[in-house]
Amino acid sequence: MGRTLAEKVYDAHVVRRAEGEPDLLYIDLHLVHEVTSPQAFDGLRMAGRQVRRPDLTIATEDHNVPTTDLLRPIADPVSRTQVETLRKNCSDFGIRLHPMGDAGQGIVHVIGPQLGLTQPGTTVVCGDSHTSTHGAFGALAFGIGTSEVEHVLATQTLPQVKPKTMAVTVDGALPEGVTAKDLILAIIARIGTGGGQGHVIEYRGEAIRSLSMEGRMTVCNMSIEAGARAGMIAPDETTFAYLEGRPHAPQGEEWERAVEYWRSLRTDDDAVFDKEVVIDASALTPFVTWGTNPGQGLPLGDSVPDPASYGDPAQRQAAERALEYMGLTAGTPLRDIAVDTVFVGSCTNGRIEDLRAVAGVLRGRKVADGVRMLVVPGSMKVKKQAEDEGLDEVISAAGAQWREAGCSMCLAMNPDKLTPGERSASTSNRNFEGRQGPGGRTHLVSPAVAAATAVTGRLAAPADL
Amino acid sequence: MEAFTTYTGRAVPLRRSNVDTDQIIPAVWLKQVSRTGFDKGLFSAWREDPEFVLNQPRYEGAGILVAGPDFGTGSSREHAVWALQQYGFRVVIAPRFGDIFRNNSTKMGLLPVVLTAEQVEDIQAGVEQDPALEITVDLERREVRYGAESAGFEIDDYTRWRLLEGLDDIGLTLRHGDAITEFEGRRAPWLPVTV
Repeated sequence: MGRTLAEKVYDAHVVRRAEGEPDLLYIDLHLVHEVTSPQAFDGLRMAGRQVRRPDLTIATEDHNVPTTDLLRPIADPVSRTQVETLRKNCSDFGIRLHPMGDAGQGIVHVIGPQLGLTQPGTTVVCGDSHTSTHGAFGALAFGIGTSEVEHVLATQTLPQVKPKTMAVTVDGALPEGVTAKDLILAIIARIGTGGGQGHVIEYRGEAIRSLSMEGRMTVCNMSIEAGARAGMIAPDETTFAYLEGRPHAPQGEEWERAVEYWRSLRTDDDAVFDKEVVIDASALTPFVTWGTNPGQGLPLGDSVPDPASYGDPAQRQAAERALEYMGLTAGTPLRDIAVDTVFVGSCTNGRIEDLRAVAGVLRGRKVADGVRMLVVPGSMKVKKQAEDEGLDEVISAAGAQWREAGCSMCLAMNPDKLTPGERSASTSNRNFEGRQGPGGRTHLVSPAVAAATAVTGRLAAPADL
Repeated sequence: MEAFTTYTGRAVPLRRSNVDTDQIIPAVWLKQVSRTGFDKGLFSAWREDPEFVLNQPRYEGAGILVAGPDFGTGSSREHAVWALQQYGFRVVIAPRFGDIFRNNSTKMGLLPVVLTAEQVEDIQAGVEQDPALEITVDLERREVRYGAESAGFEIDDYTRWRLLEGLDDIGLTLRHGDAITEFEGRRAPWLPVTV
């Protein structure tokens, strides 16, 4: 029987297989940031262990960094200590680090692909659930906890049980104005926050093949929001074109050999998935969330749902709680929801195409009175590219704030936060209670919807302008 | 890690689904660089509500958390496990867990037990009626017992053995250092290095 893409990549990394034990899986690339690593490095020190492969490890500062005044020390002493701890750990253990202020600094899931370190057929891990982003290249990439970070540092391997596989096939073409973010929000709403649990999702079909690499990263990024450990897309000409010439991509004859191998990384015709879902892309419209988990989303043209409409008691109770937290009333058209803040950025939507989409909507328009809009590039390289293209001027002229690179308002670990009761339209990945700041209310949206919302002050798509 | 064989004690019912790790330990607590002190951050936003279950004296001292489906979804933060353990929990029972949370739990000796939604509901109702209800979670027999009821749960043999023995993975993996070195010799020449 044939194998799926995920199985091929998994099998190629099994160091050791024994009856009754998990497989030992080799890790090609370990990404490290300041939040989930300090206790792992401490563990190494206590056991007198070294980092086995510093040359397969790279670190950046992202979660805690303020997005203004990058060259000044972080004002919050606890954040500053965490960042300084990473610097010491990287120096002690010989790991390459891109600190704040460095031209290579950025969100961990933005810099890996940018450097060409994320490659088809590799295994990528990071102490961060959005590691699934790298699956866009046909890598098997998943988030791990701090104990596992320590394990990878010490051994460059992880004990793993072969995951189940799930196909999400998106047939047809996305209509004009419908983006990768709308697609993944619709997929999560369809299969639920636990729908992918225990599985690696492979996204396939015409609509997926038509996406750019950045769109594919947006889709794979939010696989975790559907409960999946990883999301993958088979590498193709789009992937190779993105990779070619990047600093760490193979070169010359090795490039040819690599591409030949990468072409074999596709699910065999006779392979069987454990689970399959088919979605019609042509029926999709801009999609936004109304609740407090990423599965609580609807097309922008719909209204806030009535909890009583849910048959499942757990879902009904979750919807009731979500409406109360979000301060929403059942039946309100989503387009009537007014926001205080618009956030563009994060590992989901902080790349150059996202910023181009935002600038495209904002060009010649103004952010609505009383609305605060933050635009935060995913890396310093993205920031520079945007500035070279003049996007920063368009964004600033519209009245939005143009910031330095970092995780920013995605997760309330740095100065960019919502205040209690404040409502945002956010291009990030999680609308959990308090995610963007205690008491903050988050609607997840695409960059295009974020920009249109900033202009009108209410949830809107560019077509509404 | 701490070995887990059997735990007998009281439980606290958390009647919520999709309890993501941001709720278990909000991000502001993640700035610590030590492994201790996370008990104060456990459910810190929800604990501001005096009615929240963990604030109810009748559930004080419970070592088992009984939650709704999709417990521990979202962020990979292992701090969620540390917070639950440091607060005093040894077991979490739920109909379904986030994969990374479940994995992190078994690395630390916090036992995640999957029961059906009906069994979870039954235990929650039982505890609400009688907070002193004694519950035994028996890893050796893969069984939860309370009152006259018993419910079996699944856990793979290897994870169960590791938990029963309190073994940490790194030591086990390092026994296979030769196999790792041998594998490294077979890796494709084009694979990237970060240096």
